[in-house]
Amino acid sequence: MLIKKPQDLTYKDVTPKGAYANRRNFLLGLLATTCAVAGWKKFSYLVSGPGTGSTPVKLNGVVKGPYGTTEKETSFNDVTHYNNYYEFGTDKGEPAENAKNFVTTPWSVSVEGEVKKPRKFTMDEILKLAPLEERIYRHRCVEGWSIVVPWIGYSFSTIAKLVEPTSKAQFVAFESYYEPKQMPLGLSAGIPLPYVEGLRLDEAMNPLALLSVGMYGATLPNQDGAPVRMVIPWKYGFKSAKSLVKIRFVQSQPPTTWNIANAHEYGFYSNVNPNVDHPRWSQAKERRIGEFLRRPTLMFNGYGDQVASLYNGMDLKKYY
Amino acid sequence: MNSILTSKWTKVVVFLLCLLPLGMLVIRAVQGNLTANPIEFITHTTGDWTLRFLVITLAITPLRKTFRLRQLVRFRRMLGLFAFFYACLHFSTWIGLDKFFDWTEMWKDVQKRRFITVGFTGFVLMIPLAITSTAGWIRRLGGKRWQMLHRAIYLSAIAGVIHYYWLVKSDVREPLQYAAMVAVLLAWRLGSWIYGRGQRQDARGSPQGEITTAESA
Repeated sequence: MLIKKPQDLTYKDVTPKGAYANRRNFLLGLLATTCAVAGWKKFSYLVSGPGTGSTPVKLNGVVKGPYGTTEKETSFNDVTHYNNYYEFGTDKGEPAENAKNFVTTPWSVSVEGEVKKPRKFTMDEILKLAPLEERIYRHRCVEGWSIVVPWIGYSFSTIAKLVEPTSKAQFVAFESYYEPKQMPLGLSAGIPLPYVEGLRLDEAMNPLALLSVGMYGATLPNQDGAPVRMVIPWKYGFKSAKSLVKIRFVQSQPPTTWNIANAHEYGFYSNVNPNVDHPRWSQAKERRIGEFLRRPTLMFNGYGDQVASLYNGMDLKKYY
Repeated sequence: MNSILTSKWTKVVVFLLCLLPLGMLVIRAVQGNLTANPIEFITHTTGDWTLRFLVITLAITPLRKTFRLRQLVRFRRMLGLFAFFYACLHFSTWIGLDKFFDWTEMWKDVQKRRFITVGFTGFVLMIPLAITSTAGWIRRLGGKRWQMLHRAIYLSAIAGVIHYYWLVKSDVREPLQYAAMVAVLLAWRLGSWIYGRGQRQDARGSPQGEITTAESA
């Protein structure tokens, strides 16, 4: 058997010092490049700000509705660039950019559950069920900021009466559209999706509860919940589900998204209440977008005359 | 590489780079482009950069040793002070813009809201480090004691991450990214400390037994 003598390594086989050092420089270069790219992305975002969003279409024949406030409206630009719409990103500037290409046609809403006449409403039908009213509502977010928005729509009770809830119907669940292909960021939102919110039937039938199809004289921009959403002005904003696809009348209190995510912080009722703090911050005051100093938060967001009677005898600290 | 690091111009460039986040805020303020909620935006931006500078400062020693870039240490004090600088901006935004000098409300928040409590603690811990960051203080305290004191930056970084984690509503990805970075940087120190102790024990008794530990902060 022939055993080859191993070839000895000679001094000329030693990796040149330069090449050896190069490996370290290469790693360093890689690190520096990664940092530079990440840094540049951050800076370009810092300089340019968020995107522009979708283009709403003017709505005709809108009449002045009841319950409006005379407070100064928040600018359209602020209302469309400061959004909590976690399906399109958890940063408030993100929905304007990421909802740009959200497809909202064709659209229909299925109304079902404990009703005599369950049916699907197309968007065209929804727009014609009742005269469209403009209602200027205060909108208070659980995070401590607020806006004033001229919504367009009609009372939710209009659609409820058409499907005729049975005597078993005690609650209403509102479900938002969710499709990970259109909303890839929803996967990392940290909340269960599709988004579901709910009301007691008598809350939903209160004329203040608005089924909204527009704002500022036109259809809803995608990032504000196009094409149709709820607006419940005496509750924290997250109770008003966006981009509705399903409305279910049910017997018992439905599980709701933020309550599932963190029951300790977000109750089923979530009425605006300056006397009941969020566990991590006070709810006594709010920052109205566009104003510098915080203003006091009003009980039921200032809609006590219309809704306080719904909660007679209830301990609002317990049912937060 | 070390020659680039020792150039005085590099220090000037790094200094200016560190001011960029503040510069961006000023430019956007002048443009009226601070989003719909400027106070929140300023608070978040300065908070983000405090955490980033804490991470960068903590990365200096591991980078210096891994890549044998001794001169990197020349930037450590400046980067640490920038972390403190952005923390000051963050803190004063809260005092002056967010709470508008409502001291009773702020004191209540510090006591009652745990994310504020922990953030405040992290900030307060940085104050003695900023004060004793001069060469004079290193001399006065002596290297060993100075180093012990300045390990408080570990606590500040951890407090900063917890502050952020407790603040967000549901999307914890960003706070977890910072947590991971701080964890790696602190784990590296733990690892090198354990390794160093083993080496010291091996070396005990030999004439070359004294291994310099003064550098490993």
